[in-house]
Amino acid sequence: MSWFKRLREGITTKTKQKKEIPEGVWYKCKKCSNTITSKDHIANLYICPECNYHDRITPDDYFNIIFDGRYTELFADLHSKDFLNFTDVKSYPERIIAAKQKAGRMTAMEVAHGKVNRLDLVIAAMDFKFIGGSMGSVMGEKIALAIDYCVEHKIPLMIISKSGGARMMEAAFSLMQMAKTSARLTRLAKAGVPYFSFMTDPTTGGVTASFAMLGDINFAEPGALIGFAGPRVIKETIKKDLPEGFQTSEFLLDHGFLDFIVDRQNLKERIGDLLHLFRMKDKAEVSEA
Amino acid sequence: MIFLDFEKPIEALYKQLEDAKKLESKGDVDMSTALKELEAKIKVKQKEIYDNLTGWQRVQLSRHPERPYSLYYIKAMCHKFVELHGDRYYKDDKAIIGGLGSMEGQTYMFIGHQKGVNTKMRQYRNFGMANPEGYRKALRLMKMAERFNYPVVCLIDTPGAYPGLEAEERGQAEAIARNLYEMSKLRVPIVCVVIGEGASGGALGIGVGDRILMLENTWYSVISPESCSSILWRSWDYKEQAAEALKLTPNHMLEFGLIDDIIKEPLGGAHTAPEEMVKLLKKRIKREVADLMVLDTDERIDLRIEKFGKMGDFERIEEK
Repeated sequence: MSWFKRLREGITTKTKQKKEIPEGVWYKCKKCSNTITSKDHIANLYICPECNYHDRITPDDYFNIIFDGRYTELFADLHSKDFLNFTDVKSYPERIIAAKQKAGRMTAMEVAHGKVNRLDLVIAAMDFKFIGGSMGSVMGEKIALAIDYCVEHKIPLMIISKSGGARMMEAAFSLMQMAKTSARLTRLAKAGVPYFSFMTDPTTGGVTASFAMLGDINFAEPGALIGFAGPRVIKETIKKDLPEGFQTSEFLLDHGFLDFIVDRQNLKERIGDLLHLFRMKDKAEVSEA
Repeated sequence: MIFLDFEKPIEALYKQLEDAKKLESKGDVDMSTALKELEAKIKVKQKEIYDNLTGWQRVQLSRHPERPYSLYYIKAMCHKFVELHGDRYYKDDKAIIGGLGSMEGQTYMFIGHQKGVNTKMRQYRNFGMANPEGYRKALRLMKMAERFNYPVVCLIDTPGAYPGLEAEERGQAEAIARNLYEMSKLRVPIVCVVIGEGASGGALGIGVGDRILMLENTWYSVISPESCSSILWRSWDYKEQAAEALKLTPNHMLEFGLIDDIIKEPLGGAHTAPEEMVKLLKKRIKREVADLMVLDTDERIDLRIEKFGKMGDFERIEEK
């Protein structure tokens, strides 16, 4: 009896009515509404112990998990610029300032060089709080520079995607970042350096349709939304409800676009395994020593 | 002829011209001077209107129902053309067409988005919105061109990649991403021309090449003005403002260094003189390909990667 059954999981409150909950003592899971203390939630790597919902986390959180907090940030001097004088209901500079305050960082992407089990790795990670992790010129350039860095030093590259797609406020420039990053990846492949693409919630639009889908290994966090078009657009196009689980990590794995799904608790170990397996010969002695 | 809203003054003049012609055909009156004057007036008016088009008006022109589409251009440019179908994995996408064609003894691989010429065909072509198999067909043909050392010509004209359920199931994002990657390192010259609409990833999916050109009355951006309006303004009513804000016209794109050049259209747009447009397009494609053929293959690929590498603008601020 579907009248009495809860069909949709989670909170269905409209965005407008949503209130930002201040950092408090308690954390309520966005999916199953289970409540635990924030301390326990953080200790559990922002995963709900009840339903395994992986809450969105920042680049620093990932660096802490994967590099144990020991890493060097790269290319931090790049900042977004409003070269188009773009204004919709707000101007682009206003949006950038608001994003800097909200995310507490200067751009939507942070690149870091660190080690996992004594093996080098460069990670480029996105922050969804910064204009939806959208890809503009800065992100494109950071990825391009990270690729160059990895080619030069023969270090594997990992990109952690968490983005709504291309940044509209940079119009065609943001579109061309798709070509820029994909083209540059050919050089990484030519140099024989592996590239791991890790997709987290959400990975959509121009990010998915460029470097995110081009990993030597494509993998994802459980339950992440991954797709090209957003669910709302698809729903409007086909004028039907979308099947349950559509565009989730599990859906993509089933359709052959991911190599595997990994829980955040096992992330570091899995990356360590990959680095071990992809270890380059001339580096072997160094790391085994 | 179909006239757009901002072409109304021209339409009125054309009407006068027709009336004058009718009058003359009845005999008696000599209208030759009046006809000439009217024709001259039309030219002046057209120039006046077309020199001052807004972004949104360019978008309207790029979607003009009488505008020539890929297959028209290819068939008109080529001495011989054989269309090739299918991606060899799933099916034949009707929104992207391709095939081998010859111009003056040189074989080319032509690929293009294809819109339909009437209501029935528009549905058949899915309004030029490709599914993953379209991009995979394009890639198959490009790989074939690479094997036989034929230059690739891509004609771009799409309102976007199709946002459907099955498109997602079959990996729309992967198909486009794969093309960006493979086109970056394809060992034959690639010339891309935006002949109508250049919307987002759906356009870029066959848009990575050594030369990126745009016809005069086209647009190219990350999103259509309508969708941009709906997302940023949260209403469909701001498409004109969105078109301006996106700076999506060929002139803007050239100024930003995101394309290499603009191909002029006949006055009044490609649809008013399609045969002339074919000549202009063909001449330009031949010239670009000839220039690219001279380059060493590895150098050409490096230049291609560098060309996209330069795209982007940002500030450098040293941390305090």
